[in-house]
Amino acid sequence: MEHANALARVDELKKKYPNPRSAVMPALYIAQEIFGHISDEAVTWVSDAMQMPAVQVREVASFYTMYYKKPVGKYHFQICRTVSCTICGMCKLTELLHKKFGVKPGEVSADGMWSYEEVECLGSCGTAPMVQINDIYFEKLDPRKLEEIITKIAQEKPELRYSTLTDQIGAGLAGYAKSEVI
Amino acid sequence: MTHKQILLQNIHQPNQHTISGYESRGGYQTIKKVLRMDPAAVIEEVKASGLRGRGGAGFSTGTKWGFVPKNSGKPVYLLNNADESEPGTFKDRVLLERDPHLCIEGMIMAGWALQSNWSAVYIRGEYGYPFTRINEAVKEAYAKGYLGENIFGSGFTHHMVVHRGAGAYICGEETALINSLEGVKGQPRLKPPFPAVVGLYGCPTIVNNTETLAALPFILEHGAKSYTALGTEKSPGTKLFSVSGHVNKPGVYEIELGYPMEKFIYEDCGGIRGGKKLKAVIPGGSSVPVLRADEIKNVTMDYESIRDAGSMLGSGGFIVMDEDTDMVQVAMNVAHFYSHESCGQCTPCREGGHWIEKIFTRIHHGNGLAGDLELVNNVCGQIAGHTICPFGEALAIPAMSFIKKFPEEFKGLIKDSLVGINKKRELMHYEEIMGAH
Repeated sequence: MEHANALARVDELKKKYPNPRSAVMPALYIAQEIFGHISDEAVTWVSDAMQMPAVQVREVASFYTMYYKKPVGKYHFQICRTVSCTICGMCKLTELLHKKFGVKPGEVSADGMWSYEEVECLGSCGTAPMVQINDIYFEKLDPRKLEEIITKIAQEKPELRYSTLTDQIGAGLAGYAKSEVI
Repeated sequence: MTHKQILLQNIHQPNQHTISGYESRGGYQTIKKVLRMDPAAVIEEVKASGLRGRGGAGFSTGTKWGFVPKNSGKPVYLLNNADESEPGTFKDRVLLERDPHLCIEGMIMAGWALQSNWSAVYIRGEYGYPFTRINEAVKEAYAKGYLGENIFGSGFTHHMVVHRGAGAYICGEETALINSLEGVKGQPRLKPPFPAVVGLYGCPTIVNNTETLAALPFILEHGAKSYTALGTEKSPGTKLFSVSGHVNKPGVYEIELGYPMEKFIYEDCGGIRGGKKLKAVIPGGSSVPVLRADEIKNVTMDYESIRDAGSMLGSGGFIVMDEDTDMVQVAMNVAHFYSHESCGQCTPCREGGHWIEKIFTRIHHGNGLAGDLELVNNVCGQIAGHTICPFGEALAIPAMSFIKKFPEEFKGLIKDSLVGINKKRELMHYEEIMGAH
């Protein structure tokens, strides 16, 4: 990853706001793309790019759950655990992932590919239960469907992330569910 | 029944999310008319329409706009609150995904009314796909000259940014959203001063929900009277309801306010799954009190009727639960949400939320103690009204409502009063209880 490009992108983002400090959140997303999670190194990088004290960068990063404080798998599964998903059977999805990946929530599988956790409402209540894999929603799931998705991801290794750096959604999305909200 | 569709009328058109698709159905025409109107007249028209904030508070949109001081010498900012995170709510997502230009056109209109040259769409971080849709739509609008300088030859400049949140429910509260956008922790601010006077970077700022802004093109095209002709006198217009849970046809519905709730559940939403009986409904997102099936008879879906029934219309997150639903589990689940999402700023909310979750959890696991329900009510009473933002009420009021509405389910899980005090102390340790989880 060329950090120079990333710095140029942060500068471009800063200009979009009346006050450049507002770009700290997208800058943290960029740092997460480069470093994998918000490590000390990532905080230093954002601090330099934003010309903000590191302690303030760390404070922002620590407040939000989507800035990972430790490494996650290449495919990070977030299972919605709030009311509608719970009453529609999300527990079975967590049990499946626990069995498939052989790790506890928040841990990464030995090959670095997989991790999972339960998260709060993802706004997919009418299509419950559901799982977010990286930046993409997979909805109206049951354990069998989720298992098929995992098999497909393992084979095709698609890019399922939106990149703040390139402002593009992953090119590997063809054939993957995008939205079933209506 | 077919309902008048103002917001969702084009969402099933496959190219509606593109600027050409939007324009082919009359999009970006009304804005040309609006830009020739006096901004004060636009505000008056919106006031006259009776449009109310659709994010949950239900405050008059035109009145809110009127709070912006005239000639303050400071820039005015407009923020589209798309941080949709209220459990049970997924309506703004549909607008952002399927009709993003409708949101943008509404924002330019609001921008003109407020004489604001800069706005932002603050969208929750998890909404990756809706983000790309609204982000692409903003780029398209810039490419066509519908955003930027001298829009439609009016001399009006309006810039727009799409800003991703990063997973914090509280950022849907308007002052938390402003702090988040300023690049600090998303914790709410004390009001007053209200954002309309002192908001983003200390400047006058209006924060409106996505659905509210998306209603503007209809109101300004057809006039306030066309909008007040829909709905009820006090709750005019249409509202999006996000339906989830045990119904046959979950999804987002646009209905005229004042529509009968039972009819909505049994006809529009196809009734309860598996032919089961209805047990309860949360009508406005998890922050509002739950209603039992017997409490929704003759209730209509508008702000006043739902309030009179003892709950709130809120965001329109409509969660339906059948007769098999374990209400203690639901109460525990909701309590866990608020405990997790408290921003940590006010002690009653930060500590109280955690306690409510602990107590509901031990009751759910059959370890409830005599006095626990009174204890929850006591803690809730210490939270509501004692916090900077309405999160305190959002946490306390539903918690009390579950106990009040379904006392027998809680009592059935609580051990008798003979449990010794030492046992009680022992059970207070959260780790032990979670160990049994």
